[in-house]
Amino acid sequence: MKQFQYVRPATQQGVLDVINKPGTKIIAGGTNLVDLMKRGVTAPDKLVDINQLPLKAIAVTKTALHIGALALNSVVSESGLVAEKHPLLAMALKAGASPQLRNMATVGGNMMQRTRCGYFYDVTMPCNKRTPGTGCGAMEGINRMHAIFGASQQCIAVHPSDMCVALAALNATVIIAGKKGERRLPFTEFHRLPGDHPELDNHLGKDELITGIEIPDNKFAKNSYYLKIRDRQSYAFALVSVAVALDIENGIIKDARLAMGGVAHKPWRLFDAEKSLTGKKATEENFEQAAQLAMQGAKGYGNNSFKLKLAPATITEALKHAAGLV
Amino acid sequence: MESKIPCTAPDDGQDVKDSSRRNFLKQSTLLTAIALTPGTAIKAAADHVDEQFAAVFEKMPLKMEVNGKLQSLSVEPRSTLLDILREQLDLTGTKKGCDHGQCGACTVHVDGHRVNSCLTLGIMMSGKKITTIEGLAKGDQLHPMQEAFIKHDGFQCGYCTPGQIMSAVACIREGHANSEHEIREYMSGNICRCGAYPNIVNAIQEVKDGGMKV
Repeated sequence: MKQFQYVRPATQQGVLDVINKPGTKIIAGGTNLVDLMKRGVTAPDKLVDINQLPLKAIAVTKTALHIGALALNSVVSESGLVAEKHPLLAMALKAGASPQLRNMATVGGNMMQRTRCGYFYDVTMPCNKRTPGTGCGAMEGINRMHAIFGASQQCIAVHPSDMCVALAALNATVIIAGKKGERRLPFTEFHRLPGDHPELDNHLGKDELITGIEIPDNKFAKNSYYLKIRDRQSYAFALVSVAVALDIENGIIKDARLAMGGVAHKPWRLFDAEKSLTGKKATEENFEQAAQLAMQGAKGYGNNSFKLKLAPATITEALKHAAGLV
Repeated sequence: MESKIPCTAPDDGQDVKDSSRRNFLKQSTLLTAIALTPGTAIKAAADHVDEQFAAVFEKMPLKMEVNGKLQSLSVEPRSTLLDILREQLDLTGTKKGCDHGQCGACTVHVDGHRVNSCLTLGIMMSGKKITTIEGLAKGDQLHPMQEAFIKHDGFQCGYCTPGQIMSAVACIREGHANSEHEIREYMSGNICRCGAYPNIVNAIQEVKDGGMKV
């Protein structure tokens, strides 16, 4: 690993003062960043350790649940407040990584983690995300884990998070601090599609810091489910995952939220499928129709074409679990 | 090096002598300080980085408690906790497996919580309490989990075992050892290439069911 300078500012202002410099990276849990630094995928000149900042709290506001950016994945997944108000988030977090990693990883860091595309990690391979302009090794290479939605000619990598899929479904808001003050961004607009700039994973500015997220109160707690399909039973990234949140009254779906992981460069909301379910009965037939609708525009690239069948089956299965039909 | 800081003569003739001596002392002290301090430190001061800073290629002081003993070390910011434990403290019980957070062989406890020491920068452990496999036994008396691993043959080659045992202790403390299924899920961050999983689960279940203090 390349040598770097290490600083540990005591205040948020102290962090904002230094993060804008070229070659500077923020470190919180470090579970992804340290790995990337060991492999030479990234080689910052300076690390800014933000663990002194008071951003760990999980607290109820009038209309939402606020979770600090430095709250650990393990703490959030075990939180009584989260279990009561947003069990979908707890399920997604527990499906991700290992207990050791969840004890280190933070909410903000989970959002900022990079893709696990093998071509991104292997510095001897071409990768437009790691080194723009070198090409995409995965496009015609081993792309079993890769995107079926929203890819570009430049990049077919997927965002690896489980937590983010749940937060996208729950219409969370990202709270961001910058030199000009605070701004708030819908979670679904935080991550971006690769387009012509796959080196950019999200819309966070270089001079900005995630301070927390807010999840608006909802009526989904009774009918939520996170289903993750992977190569082994635990501790593996998703081939396909589905987050479902339903508000069901007397068998009728009043409101539905669906998001998928492992299929795109960002958590993939299924807006058309959600609309199609609203006002309908919670039946397997309606769920299958919604799943087919969700697959419009999907494209396989060879190794990953099995996802074109796996994804709708996973959507249907997750909906059945959420509705209590399984 | 000539001072480039101008020495302007104050208007008030009375104080000329004292004032310029005071200024000279101040300025020369400042210059000495700059000469003796690495550039990055000056830059860090200018950037108002209030706490810790380290120049590239410089070691930084680190104080942490390891197995109940306070350690005052000097480490490179890039050194992982795993490498510091093994190379500087000779605590080689903690193993380096994949070195990328995928196998769990390096599992230790930080302030009572299990983490992958291979992905932990040592410099970030300032003031923390670390427990390694060497810190579990009390003298010659093995920890109940160590006894159970021996009894149930919870290993073959033994390389993953320190990490497995540290994880197993944490698994019970966290309250996630209530069934075989739960144990397997919450031990999934520790890979055993010999495949001793069934025996590892048995060892954990025995310690859990025995209600022994872990």
